[in-house]
Amino acid sequence: MSNLKEVRLRIESIKSTQQITSAMKLVAASKLRKSQNAILTLRPYASKLNGLIQDISASLEESDEIVYAEKRDPEKVLLVIITSNRGLCGAFNSNVIKLARFLIYDNYMQQYEKGNLSLYCIGKKGYDYFKRHKYNILETNLKIFDNLSFENVAPIAVQLMQDYKEKKFDRIEIIYNQFKNASSQILINEQFLPIQPHEPDQDEDTLSGVDYIFEPKKEQIVRELIPKSLKIQLYKAILDSFASEHGARMTAMHMATDNAQELLKELRLSYNKARQASITNEIIEIVSGSIALIG
Amino acid sequence: MYLEIITPDSTIYTGEVNLIQFPGYDGSFEVLNNHAPLISVLKAGKIKVKDNNDQLQYFEINGGVVEVLKNTVLVLAE
Repeated sequence: MSNLKEVRLRIESIKSTQQITSAMKLVAASKLRKSQNAILTLRPYASKLNGLIQDISASLEESDEIVYAEKRDPEKVLLVIITSNRGLCGAFNSNVIKLARFLIYDNYMQQYEKGNLSLYCIGKKGYDYFKRHKYNILETNLKIFDNLSFENVAPIAVQLMQDYKEKKFDRIEIIYNQFKNASSQILINEQFLPIQPHEPDQDEDTLSGVDYIFEPKKEQIVRELIPKSLKIQLYKAILDSFASEHGARMTAMHMATDNAQELLKELRLSYNKARQASITNEIIEIVSGSIALIG
Repeated sequence: MYLEIITPDSTIYTGEVNLIQFPGYDGSFEVLNNHAPLISVLKAGKIKVKDNNDQLQYFEINGGVVEVLKNTVLVLAE
């Protein structure tokens, strides 16, 4: 029976697909563990650094002109869009792209029409999309994920700071997936430059009350720390996105494996039904044949 | 005193130490036990650490910040 053979072939192909998805899931899980560690070690570093800056700048009487905090009318805007290089990770990339488009049409339509909106794409998926739709892409960086380290990310931040200083852009924002846990990501749109004054966090212990020795002067320290913290902010965004990517891929592949299992179950049932039907048919043929002989 | 040196990628040192020498922004300086609270910026150079067994260790850094508070030294290196 041809039906029987067809079903058997489908079962075979689904089995091999399932093998691939479950292998991908395992790979994603091991990469997730690594990238998760990276982001979890960075977070206390980043929050400590930010805490220091906030406390010191709060204790400064007159916050003297720090170039990176200077607010300008957002005539020229740069969006840094962090996606992944590879697909098969659910809605991970399309979420980022959707938010970016939403932002462009909602907030920066004027700049977009004047051609003053540029994109910096980190990750191939976002680059492909925005290139296809003819957005103004300033630069792309597709290799960063091959060897993700602070040394490689810092130059990007330096370049962005330089561009801001030279007034090539009046506002720089980052769009990325923040890592919450393996199965969920939070879509974040963060202003990179100019620096926004933070509201003091309640749960962070403040330095006020302790009489610190500052060496060199407070102003000097703040001036030194701000570029550092910007580098860390970008690095954190990229690490977050990297860990989220693996989390999203792991979840997506887990679902795919489960779905394949479900499909296999149904197919096996119909295969066995068809097999039994054909056996019954054969028996009927034999029995009716022998009855005809006797009769 | 307790010393912790962390970089964006990893924690490179934690433990009890006797003496730490930093490449400070305006010249190198040392921190001993029960130092007064201090916040300072570091430039690129080597951190010298002498632990409780008088063993010397060196860590190369590319700038950073140091905070000394209640006999705990936290170095955010780069």
